[in-house]
Amino acid sequence: MNTEMQGFIQKYDLLGCIQCGRCTGGCPVTVRTNLNVRRFVYDAIDQSMLDNLAKLPEIWDCTACNTCAVRCPKGLKPVEVLIGLRNILVESGVIQPTVRDALESVFREGNPWDKPRAIRSDWMQGLEVKIAEPGKKVENLIFVCCTIAYDPKVQVIAKNLVKVLNKAGVDYGFIGDSETCCSSEVHNLGEEGLFEMMVEDNTELLNSYDAARIVTISPHCYSTYKSQYPNLKAKVIHYTHLLKEILEENKLEITREFPQKIVFHDPCFLGKQNNVFDEPRYILGRIPGAELVEFERKRERSLCCEGGGGKMWVESESRKERLAETRVNNARELGATLLAVACPFCILTLDDALKAKGFEEEMRVAEILEIIGELV
Amino acid sequence: MNNKPKIGVYVCHCGINIAKTVDVNTVTEFASHLPNVKVARNYSYMCSDPGQLLIREDIKNEGLNRVVVASCSPRMHELTFRKTLAEAGLNPYYLEMANIREQCSWVHEEGERATGKAKKLVAAAVSKVRLLEPLQEKEVDVEPATLIIGGGIAGIQAALDIANAGFKVYLVEKTPSVGGRMSQLDKTFPTLDCSACILTPKMVDVASHPNIELFTYSQVEEVSGFVGNFQVKVRKKARYVDVDKCTGCGACAQECRLSGRIPSEFDVGMGKRAAIYLPFPQAVPAKYTIDSQRCLFLTRGKCGKSPKCVDACAAGAINFEQKDEIAEFKVGAIIVATGFDVFDASRKPEYGYNDYVNVITSLELERLVSASGPTGGSVMIGTGEDASVPREIAFIKCVGSRDKSVGNEYCSRVCCMYTAKLAHLVEEKIPGANVRVYYMDVRAFGKGFEEFYDRVRREGIRYIRGNPSEIFKRGDKLVIKVENTLTSTPMEDEVDLVVLGVGLEPRKDAREIIDLLRLSQSADRFFLEAHPKLAPVDTATDGVFLAGCAQGPKDIPDTVAQAKGAASSALVLLSSGRVKVQAQISFVNEATCRGCGFCVEICPYGAIELVTVNRMGHQVSVARVNEALCKGCGACAAGCLSGSVQQKSFMDRQILPQIAVLGGMR
Repeated sequence: MNTEMQGFIQKYDLLGCIQCGRCTGGCPVTVRTNLNVRRFVYDAIDQSMLDNLAKLPEIWDCTACNTCAVRCPKGLKPVEVLIGLRNILVESGVIQPTVRDALESVFREGNPWDKPRAIRSDWMQGLEVKIAEPGKKVENLIFVCCTIAYDPKVQVIAKNLVKVLNKAGVDYGFIGDSETCCSSEVHNLGEEGLFEMMVEDNTELLNSYDAARIVTISPHCYSTYKSQYPNLKAKVIHYTHLLKEILEENKLEITREFPQKIVFHDPCFLGKQNNVFDEPRYILGRIPGAELVEFERKRERSLCCEGGGGKMWVESESRKERLAETRVNNARELGATLLAVACPFCILTLDDALKAKGFEEEMRVAEILEIIGELV
Repeated sequence: MNNKPKIGVYVCHCGINIAKTVDVNTVTEFASHLPNVKVARNYSYMCSDPGQLLIREDIKNEGLNRVVVASCSPRMHELTFRKTLAEAGLNPYYLEMANIREQCSWVHEEGERATGKAKKLVAAAVSKVRLLEPLQEKEVDVEPATLIIGGGIAGIQAALDIANAGFKVYLVEKTPSVGGRMSQLDKTFPTLDCSACILTPKMVDVASHPNIELFTYSQVEEVSGFVGNFQVKVRKKARYVDVDKCTGCGACAQECRLSGRIPSEFDVGMGKRAAIYLPFPQAVPAKYTIDSQRCLFLTRGKCGKSPKCVDACAAGAINFEQKDEIAEFKVGAIIVATGFDVFDASRKPEYGYNDYVNVITSLELERLVSASGPTGGSVMIGTGEDASVPREIAFIKCVGSRDKSVGNEYCSRVCCMYTAKLAHLVEEKIPGANVRVYYMDVRAFGKGFEEFYDRVRREGIRYIRGNPSEIFKRGDKLVIKVENTLTSTPMEDEVDLVVLGVGLEPRKDAREIIDLLRLSQSADRFFLEAHPKLAPVDTATDGVFLAGCAQGPKDIPDTVAQAKGAASSALVLLSSGRVKVQAQISFVNEATCRGCGFCVEICPYGAIELVTVNRMGHQVSVARVNEALCKGCGACAAGCLSGSVQQKSFMDRQILPQIAVLGGMR
């Protein structure tokens, strides 16, 4: 533990911090929790405080949206300091049962939802799905997120992708039951050891395919493969890249009118972290009859929905309005009839908020693929 | 001179810089046994007078004809010791330096291996010095004129100093008027004197000085030659206005169909101008210019029945037939004073600069508070009927400075103080306004700066420590998301106006100047000076000097000081009238040269050309070096495929034995 603690300063470049406050200033959850990430960067320099810092409940309020790191003028990643503190807890075994179960499930079944690996591809039933074969050339290797694969509420995203790909005549292949969690959330929950192991296994699995591109459906998988898997052979893209390409090449026609007022919510892992802003807007812009409006807090200033950073397994103690609720309110003020997203976590948090607010009558939350699938 | 080498080796302690790491006695003892070494000594500071005396005495008494000094980099003291040799009657190019400081003692732990490396370096130098040949230094005349690129305060000051000393100056300014950034500012910190009031007299002087030839709306297109003898080509862009006839009355601009329709560069978009324009009222020369990119007649060939400017001009000065002109002249020195650009705030999208009219930059605010600005000096948000006076005003410092996320690690040095000044002016112009400044650090390092910072705080400007992270709109207010880092309080501060304290960046077209003059850039992308402390206005190109923000962010006093320094450096050259040119230059063995032209391509100084010679009845092409242009960089010699290009003092037969000795290192 001691050498690891000394490593804390070097690992997170804590001495590079000038305490300017841009991290905490930009942190979306400060309006509802006590988290002050700058203080953690400052306090973690004192090695003897680490164990106490790790016990503070607010380290679990972080959504890993990465705003703190994007804004930092000195190139630090304050979010990683919080994850490092979570790691101290994980190492000592003092974690919430929900977190423990999720991690164990990833270890045993390759997904955090405590579902058997054997039913990972059940969503494909009744669909004409091409499965990629290791060693065989495939242009687009599709990687389905665990949440989309197992959660009936969002399985439609994958199903519609199949529909779109078949219609467009694109060369693609899905992985099937051997598909394994990208482990973005394993990292964010602080289980470094398991994460490293998953990176190794997944790299081997993904590299066994002769794929030109890995197409991720979730921005969380996208961001993780892009930035934390250094040895992948194939280029990693998000499905919105592919869908834009398909529409630009006129391989797919959106025929049905869709007279809706759509506002797009930029997912942190797609927008802020990877600067993919234009592709989703391009796709929505191609829908006949739809009117696009924008949030005040859009693109680089998008407001986090609180779905990432392990928040699916850790409930915040705050009673204040959830950010997803703020977002739904803002969408309603704009007169939007459809709140479009491009991330399975965003859809879960925003849809919950919509229902909590009782706005189901006037507005709907939908993934881009959900809508496109209905219109082609 | 007796050709048998008699070598003296002098090992320097450099105080403890070398002696602490390298055993100088061992090295000296070792050197004394090397072939042809007559004397080997060590001394605490070889560059000192007694150190040099040692060498001179030995040359006289021992009959030395070659000298090796084992000390620091030749960049430091090669010239010193060449002079020592010359004073003792020896050709100064019989010197070889072994760099046992930068290349040995400073980069190694003390001990045997460092001493061993020093021995090798000395042995290598000894093996080379035996083979050196005497070289003659040539001198050339210096053209008694200076080119100054950039007509801001730096260029203006340097031009006036040189012209007042009696030398000719060609001052070239890209825009239609001299004045530069300083002319855009309202008041100057910390004294609050009016920028225009102190600048315009100098602008007028520049235009009327008999020794200054002013080229405005002009660009340097080509520079060739070398120190003392530069050939310059300047393009005078067509103004489409006959400057001899134009009286500057402004009737043309009033009548122009696009009057008030084109964003004014001078007002950084806060005000509008016509297609024919004077950038600002005090512009020098007070002559109008037609914007050829905007003018209806020039872009479409038609402007109503006839161009209104032509009808309005009583002097008949408008001339749509005018063409660019090229001026050519010779100068001995060049001063680069091209200034800076302000950081483009849209590169920090989290501040919403592109989205909100009430998020403005500090330079835009300068134009708003200026009496000659688009609002006549009142601070307003928006234009026309929608215009309103802000009550809650926030300044944000370090926008685009000290920020790796936009690639600018440096501090821009002026923002702390201009922010204090602007905050003061806003508070003065809007009684009862609440003004706060968000900061990370306050750097009030100059004369009178800290006192000024104290003053504005006491006037009621609130300094809040925390660098804002995000700005968005809620209702008709801007929300600043920021943490007060002194109280650890994350806040959402609602304001009417945000002023971004944008930093200074190199000019976007700096590349053109770099290519023109072969300048280098430092890590911050500003032009690189020859030495950060001892040659702050010189560049690696002899005869080319730097002044002002082109070299790095600085305030007006520092800019003026540096401009005076650059002027003085140019004057040293001009007044001496002659300059030594490089002796260690390249030459071509025309008998073996195959005329492939590779050296011509790689020479960064354009010093080599292909000429046709008669070789046993055949006309063949061979490379030839222009001795005045060659800087002795050695690129041609290293690149030559047939070994026909060689560099004096670095010929293959001189350096290969040296390398062989080093190769045996370990």
